[in-house]
Formats: sequence, C-alpha cells, structure tokens
Amino acid sequence: MHAPSTPVDFLPIALMFLVAGGFVVTTLWVTHLLGPKRKSKIKTDTFECGIESQGNARIPFSIKYFLVAILFVLFDVEVIFMYPWAVNFKQLGLTGFLEMLTFVAFLLVGFYYILKKGALKWE
Amino acid sequence: MGVIDSPKIATVIAPPGIEGPGFFATRVDKVVGMARANSLWPLPFATSCCGIEFMATMASTYDLARFGSERLSFSPRQADLLMVMGTIAKKMGPVLRQVYEQMAEPRWVLSMGACASSGGVFDTYSVLQGIDRIIPVDVYIPGCPPRPEQVLDGIMQIQKLVESESIRRRDTPEYKAMLAKYGIE
Repeated sequence: MHAPSTPVDFLPIALMFLVAGGFVVTTLWVTHLLGPKRKSKIKTDTFECGIESQGNARIPFSIKYFLVAILFVLFDVEVIFMYPWAVNFKQLGLTGFLEMLTFVAFLLVGFYYILKKGALKWE
Repeated sequence: MGVIDSPKIATVIAPPGIEGPGFFATRVDKVVGMARANSLWPLPFATSCCGIEFMATMASTYDLARFGSERLSFSPRQADLLMVMGTIAKKMGPVLRQVYEQMAEPRWVLSMGACASSGGVFDTYSVLQGIDRIIPVDVYIPGCPPRPEQVLDGIMQIQKLVESESIRRRDTPEYKAMLAKYGIE
C-alpha cells in the first residue's frame, strides 16, 4: 500500500513548471537584451515586396465573394465524397447507389434553395 | 563520393572556453556569433541569371543547407542575409533599398555577380552601377555569373563576419555613421 500523497510530493512537478517557465522568460528577456534593434518609419511599414504600400487592406468588400467561396467548398466536398464511392462502386452495389442518390438529393435541395435565394446572382 | 569518413569534415567547432565535467563556460558573444553564423536565413533578391546559379547552390549537389541556410526567407522580417543576385535597374533600386531597410537587425548583405557588384556589362543609364551605391554590402562575389562554389565561398565569408561580429557593433557610432552615409535611419 502506498502512503497517501501529500502536497510535498508534488514539489518536483512545481519545480519543473518553474524551470520551464523560467527558461522561457529568461530566454525571451536575454534575446531582447542582446539583439540589436533599429526602428524607423520605413522599417515598421507594411512589407509589400519593397514597394510602398497603398491604402489600407481593411476595407469592406462584397459578401458575394465569401458566399461563392463557401458554396464552392460545399460542393467541392460533395465531389470528394464521390471518389471513394466510385472506387468501391461494385462492392457497395445498389445500397451504395441509393445512399449516394439520397446524399446528392439533399445537396440538390440546398442548391435549389441558394438558387432561389439568389446567392449565385453576381449582378 | 565517399568523403563521409573523411576526417576533414568538421562540424561546428566550439569556441575557446573553460571546460570541466558537466559544464562549459565561454563568452556570450562567441556563442551568439556561432549560433548566428550557422543559422543564416537568406533572403534571395534574384533578378537575373545569378539567381539561376543560386538555385543550383540551393539544390542537392551544392546544398547550401550544409551551412545552416536551407531556410530561405521571403519576408525581410525573418531574414539575416540579403543576397542580391543579378542586375539591379535604377527603377529597382528603391525596392531593394526598402527590402533592406525592412530587414530585422542584425542584417548582412551579399552582392553576387558582376551586375549587383558593379553594374557589370550593363554600363548604361538605366542600370545601377553597383548596389553599394544604395545599401551597405558586406561581401562581394565576382563572376558573371559566379559558380555555386563561389557562392558557397561568399556565404562562408559572411559566416566569418557574422561569427566575429561584436554584440554591440550595430550600436557603435561608426556603424550609425556608415548607415547615415547611405541615408538609412
């Protein structure tokens, strides 16, 4: 039978945490101290492959890009699911085919919905 | 090639220091220099044929990775060494300068080939006659274009500079005056 553990038994773990944390803090502090630094307006400017940056990147842009991208991902994944099905087409047989039809039918319902909503209308 | 067993192959040699059982004491700047020299991250600024030679230098036969420089940095923020390879047109000058200025300290510059070093055969109105007109250069590699062996030699020269650089060099008035000469803050 083991003796019931006391808080003192966890001292090595606490010590380990202390050493781990101390190492990180010391390393960060020492590199900060040792490393040469130079700050200028040009240096802190946005890096645009050496060309002066124009304007701000944080501008509002049309939600349509996002919608099309996310819908693309959706139907892209659908196609990905068709690959393993195609590989195992013979083994899965009629059941597999019906399951796939259900899957595609569900997605088509969604597709009909987004078409009706006009999500793919660009103009 | 069968050189694996050769005693000539040297790994990084420890700097001089006091050695004892379980400890090794040396100077901080020696250790920092050793670490910096053997983990230089180059930023390839390749504008023409020297860049092709650089690609060969990076590839398997010459393998710059042996010198700790396999990790190319395409952002100046993480680069230690700016490798300028190829003709720098005067239009490109400000771009090169901006890239250099945006590199983190400490930074070194390697000028590869005749064009980058002096304008080379392009002695015309449109070509910068040497990048040292706009940024300070540490090592020049001659050649048109230089062979990968020469590039490796240039990198080794840079490594020597890096190894022996004092920790406070970038804060000295001489260094600041040198930068001021180029109009770099």
